[in-house]
Amino acid sequence: MRVSPADRLPADSAPPASAEPERTGQWFGSPTGLTLTVIALAVILAASVLVAIGLGPAVIPPDETARYVWAALTGGAVSADDFTTYQIIWQVRTPRVLLAVVVGAGLSVVGVAIQAMVRNALADPFVLGVSSGASVGAVTVSVFGVLTTLGVYALSAGAFLSALAACALVYLASYTRAGLTPLRLVLTGIAMAYGFQALMSVLIYLAPDGEATSTVLFWTMGSFGAAAWGSLPLVSAVVIAGVVELRRHSRSLDVMALGDETAASLGVNTAGLRGRLFVLTSVMTGAMVAVSGAIGFVGLVMPHLVRIVVGAGHARVLTVAPLAGGVFMVWVDLVSRTLLAPRELPLGVITALVGVPVFITLMRRRGYLFGGR
Amino acid sequence: MDLRLDALSVVVNGRTLLRSLSLDVPGGRIVGLVGPNGSGKSTALRCVYRALRPTTGTVWIGGDDLATLTLRQGARTVAALAQENQTDLDFTVAEVVALGRTPHLRGNRPLSPGERDRCRRVMEQVDVLHLADRGVLALSGGERQRVLVARALVQEPSVLVLDEPTNHLDVRHQIELLSLLRRTGLTVLIVLHDLNLAAALCDLLGVLHDGSLTAYGTPREVLTTDLVRRVFGVEASVVSHPLTGDPQLLYSLSPSTTTERTFS
Repeated sequence: MRVSPADRLPADSAPPASAEPERTGQWFGSPTGLTLTVIALAVILAASVLVAIGLGPAVIPPDETARYVWAALTGGAVSADDFTTYQIIWQVRTPRVLLAVVVGAGLSVVGVAIQAMVRNALADPFVLGVSSGASVGAVTVSVFGVLTTLGVYALSAGAFLSALAACALVYLASYTRAGLTPLRLVLTGIAMAYGFQALMSVLIYLAPDGEATSTVLFWTMGSFGAAAWGSLPLVSAVVIAGVVELRRHSRSLDVMALGDETAASLGVNTAGLRGRLFVLTSVMTGAMVAVSGAIGFVGLVMPHLVRIVVGAGHARVLTVAPLAGGVFMVWVDLVSRTLLAPRELPLGVITALVGVPVFITLMRRRGYLFGGR
Repeated sequence: MDLRLDALSVVVNGRTLLRSLSLDVPGGRIVGLVGPNGSGKSTALRCVYRALRPTTGTVWIGGDDLATLTLRQGARTVAALAQENQTDLDFTVAEVVALGRTPHLRGNRPLSPGERDRCRRVMEQVDVLHLADRGVLALSGGERQRVLVARALVQEPSVLVLDEPTNHLDVRHQIELLSLLRRTGLTVLIVLHDLNLAAALCDLLGVLHDGSLTAYGTPREVLTTDLVRRVFGVEASVVSHPLTGDPQLLYSLSPSTTTERTFS
């Protein structure tokens, strides 16, 4: 854990005889430092959620927001005068903010997993063609009106299904006798993404009206504008299950980052693990893209930011990344819907505008090393 | 524990990298593999640390056929220092060393106090204790190599497999690393480029040429002027080390000593 020595408590009570006694016992990270980071982030996340629910065209102070949310959760009474406010808070903003938490957390965690899986610092959740695959499905649904039996979920379902289909294609195209090799996986994903984008362009070109264009903008830049309670359960379940599963593999992810040869000598079967991770991250990404579109940059940058703070060990990174990603996404969504209200900026614009300078500043200041430079 | 390679052959994409290699590494002995680039040394090692499955043939560890053990079981007996050792993530030295315990730990179980103690002792042994909290990406080549040796020793193997571990090491650290290998008492199979270091270190030397074993025996039996010329295409004089009596090679830079004479 890359925290200052003052933040750490000795991991062992009996310091061994050593030339530098004040340094011993600090190895293997300090559980205390991690716990404090997690608690701090959890508090910040809760506060951010309350503030974000209160802010919008109608500004509601956090204490009142908390009262309304409490009333909703406990089934308490709300006076008739307050009913509109209550509706805004509970039916519109709360699901939207919660969705931001879930997707922010999920994208960050998937970013961590994919960077380890393909051993590439520039990989993000969309590098394997998932988002462009999802866009093809979404555009198909909106242009040709397929899946109409699913009603309001037709778009999400189309996006999810085609995201999975895209992943299956990438998997099959990059699979060799040696299993999934990192570079082949990335290159196949990138090539497929171009193919899907071309397909999407053709669909838009064939589309009878401008409807498809705005759908495409939604999918490529991301938005929580379509958030509703109905869209939350599935994506939440997938993301939570995914985070738990990935955390269970954190030591294997550490080993995988050392290279496939070394991993084999340490008893980790990277080919099998990479396949399972591919399926897991694809389902997670597909579920998120289906409800929010492809929000860029989060999955690329949050893993790096978290590593700067807590070090590279995946057990710690995967504990902190969901919280940090959730906080970040709540504020990004808040800015996107309040900055130019009533118009909404695409999330991808904000994530880039906010994230890029923060990222570059942090990277320069802390002497962060990735790939030895 | 004995390590025995039994008629190992490796064919990858129609190319034969290893031709029916049989080699006995007696328990507690150090066996060196030497040979020119591309002669199959690394391929043979990769079969032992499970990065590669031999096309035919068997690797025996003690009485066990390695192929019948799971990767984890194998990794509890065989530790390796592979050539490919790049990582993009800036783990601390202590973290990388601790990963050597992976085959002994279920899932994410943390290291026990005893295991952490072992990590500390091994790091002291290979002189990286003072680097414990440093990131591995900022280390020099030699420091990194020693960290990886520490990781392999922490694995508590009976058999240690090393692919050119002296790469990037200065003379002092080369000597220290190789003497450390002697002291561990482990069964060691090591690939070395430096024939003089190999002669000084190894109990037995195997010479690989085009994927086949062309000579196997003590360094004195194996390292002859004739063999060095035939396998490596180099003229060398073999002398005895004045202190240890190990065979040592003296090279001349020109392709053959006879041409040198005509010039002088």
